[in-house]
Amino acid sequence: MRLKPFEFLNPSSLEDVFELLVRYGNEAKCLAGGTDLLVQMKQRRILPKRLINLLPLSELKGIHKAEDSLRIGALTRHVDLERSAFLEKGWNLLALAATKIGSPQIRHLGTIGGNLCNASPSADTAPPLLVLHATVCLSSLKGNRQIPLEAFLTGPGQTGLREDEILKEVILPKPPEGSLFTYLKLGRRKSMDLALVSVAVLVTINPERKTFEQVRLALGSVAPTPIRARAAEKQLGGNLIGEEAIREAAETAAQECQPMTDLRATAEYRREMVKVLVERAVKQSLGFPIPPTGI
Amino acid sequence: MIYPMKLTVNDELIELEVPAHRTLLEVLRNDLGLKGTKEGCGAGECGACTVLLDDEPVNACLILALQADGKRVTTIEGLSKGSNLHAIQEAFIRHGAIQCGFCTPGMILSAKALLERTPNPTEKEVRRSLVGNFCRCTGYQKIVEAILSLAKRGDG
Repeated sequence: MRLKPFEFLNPSSLEDVFELLVRYGNEAKCLAGGTDLLVQMKQRRILPKRLINLLPLSELKGIHKAEDSLRIGALTRHVDLERSAFLEKGWNLLALAATKIGSPQIRHLGTIGGNLCNASPSADTAPPLLVLHATVCLSSLKGNRQIPLEAFLTGPGQTGLREDEILKEVILPKPPEGSLFTYLKLGRRKSMDLALVSVAVLVTINPERKTFEQVRLALGSVAPTPIRARAAEKQLGGNLIGEEAIREAAETAAQECQPMTDLRATAEYRREMVKVLVERAVKQSLGFPIPPTGI
Repeated sequence: MIYPMKLTVNDELIELEVPAHRTLLEVLRNDLGLKGTKEGCGAGECGACTVLLDDEPVNACLILALQADGKRVTTIEGLSKGSNLHAIQEAFIRHGAIQCGFCTPGMILSAKALLERTPNPTEKEVRRSLVGNFCRCTGYQKIVEAILSLAKRGDG
């Protein structure tokens, strides 16, 4: 597969990027890791006249820890997430999800910013970021603005990014003390596949009362965007921990998602699997045994 | 439009001029004649085009040559020293880990990246490191055995 010709723009600063975006508008696309963009260009699904190469911009790289938040530059690669010592405790959920993306070859190229801007309903970084209450910092000549990730993801392949903006960084507040979490992904194969259903869960518990405190659930691939399963969360929050309660909440999650039939799976199958995976994910986060999944 | 760039390919610094839409894979195969790197799917699925970019495995079909400007590339041609094969190549031969050979260069480079980071990998780690390299002769078992035979027991 060959690419069609285009012009390659090599900005030396963020200001250069902003000016190029103002000058060329939707004729230009920003290039990060390229693992989605170049495939779409090879398949002629998009044919930008110009690519703006973001990769050399050090302002967009690296993970920075502040007192009670983590700032992850848009060009941080999946492999950097896997290996970062900063992604500890609840933040480690993001590293866990990064290990499930594609292959080592893809994870050495693909970036967190690219994964979010590509806005696939099956983006593996999105469900963990939703339960971690991530916000995204969008940047342009006019300055920065921060919006919750949930508001940024507006539809399949669609985001709240304006034509003159780039996604600069992802900001994670400190997760609650004692967060228990997991990310489960169901594909047709154990790896090298998009999720049919994915589930991120983050909970805190009161061990004396044996109750759930905070419960956060997010689902991938079963709605136009990755979503929070808020009805299921409410059903568990504050209540006694028990297999029956978990099973009922999983049923609720299956009801509140809006899966589609496509070439990978039917809507009915996806809904059923939401039920199975939410139950397993909550159980696994609590340390209950679940059937083996993946490699 | 043509852009100047530099690449260090198998320890040799090369200066060349390429159009923006040329991938690293096309530069390696067509401009430099290094045909050991294969094109399978062209979309980052099969791993036949795996090369090491600054010692890390990547799909050469999914990188513009210009994105690799100034970096070091290792292809399968860079592994042997004269007529002496690299230890991983020797292990693949010894274990019968090659059938048609199309996936072999990519497999060997993925294995090299693994063994450099993890000198004593478990079987699971070996299998995980190869998920992005498809073998359609179904020879995975012998490939895994070949790589495991190089694990440095005890010091990992």
